[in-house]
Amino acid sequence: MDAPPDFALDRNDAVPRLVGRHEDFLVVAGLAGAARDLTWLSDDAPHVFALAGAMGAATAMGLGLALARPDRRVLVVTGDGELLMNVGTLATAAVVNPPNLAIVCVDNGHYGETGFQKSHTSLGVDLEQMAIGAGIRTTRSINRTDQIPEASRLIREGNGTSFVLMRVQPNESAPHKRDLDPTTEKLRFRSALIDGQEG
Amino acid sequence: MSDRTITGVERGEPRAGAAWPEEIYRVLREFEVTQFAYVPDAGHKVLIDLSLADPAVHSVPLTTEEEGVGLLAGAHLGGGRGVLLMQSSGVGNCINFLSLAKGGQFPFLMLVSMRGDFGEGNPWQIPMGQAVSPVLEAMGVICIRAEESHAAAATVRAAATMVFQSGQAVAVLLTQRLIGAKPF
Repeated sequence: MDAPPDFALDRNDAVPRLVGRHEDFLVVAGLAGAARDLTWLSDDAPHVFALAGAMGAATAMGLGLALARPDRRVLVVTGDGELLMNVGTLATAAVVNPPNLAIVCVDNGHYGETGFQKSHTSLGVDLEQMAIGAGIRTTRSINRTDQIPEASRLIREGNGTSFVLMRVQPNESAPHKRDLDPTTEKLRFRSALIDGQEG
Repeated sequence: MSDRTITGVERGEPRAGAAWPEEIYRVLREFEVTQFAYVPDAGHKVLIDLSLADPAVHSVPLTTEEEGVGLLAGAHLGGGRGVLLMQSSGVGNCINFLSLAKGGQFPFLMLVSMRGDFGEGNPWQIPMGQAVSPVLEAMGVICIRAEESHAAAATVRAAATMVFQSGQAVAVLLTQRLIGAKPF
């Protein structure tokens, strides 16, 4: 689990700092670490839909949600492995470019869920450069705590799709046991959002 | 190599003047579909063009069909409705994401322009074309075939009702009897 020095942030500190008030967003969280980060941070709040399968779908789901709800800010929080599995979605998000979508990749350079095998981002792949190449105009790479406030403003105030690559140490996410049933999550999310109990 | 011009029908486009693509579009708009996700196919040319020209909808070009499954799931989370337009070869790209349909009971509407069935002349299209129904059904997607132009819009209406009222995942297969078989 040795990481190059640029994978420097502690995700259990940095993700909460970056996201801030999670209630300000509708959230789609990728698998494994990112899903645990956000369900832990929000204490399983209904405005967080966390995947535990369909790996590679998080960004596309965030895009569909952002188009359906232009009145809300939509945040995708995912990992390097999940994003790499469908990295072309960065191109789709860039082309559609909804003003209310932000994508955060918590990049630990590893597949944490399956035994911390190195991912491509430990081996030279730079997902911010891929986002730039895909056409996303507002991007940041951060790996120091003092860079977090500016990135945090960006995901809240951007007027087009934004992308933040957050390089973190390959540590475990906060231990958090969450409900893995997608139907329950879906009904809860829609009930809170559409029945007007939230937002 | 022939020097004659390849016709639209030979590219798999609906016959010139065919009314069913516009009828299908009207049905989809009647059902308040506002996200049209697609990987281009000649069989969907008219639908794609109509969605691009319609300021009331989002027309979303995908890099791979499975993105459309995720997109439509996200739309549903927000109370929106979408449709996924693709060729039969794209069905194989969607399979794992359809866990959202079978496991999460998300409603899905997909229109699949078929290759690899009636009269197909490209052997590469046959395997996936023939596998469309079995693999979709294995993932909980109901398949309905549209064979004739006069019934195409009614078939999409039936499918949209099953999706948006009954919460099902349904694929309408626009067959090569309907859109014409490619001779090459």
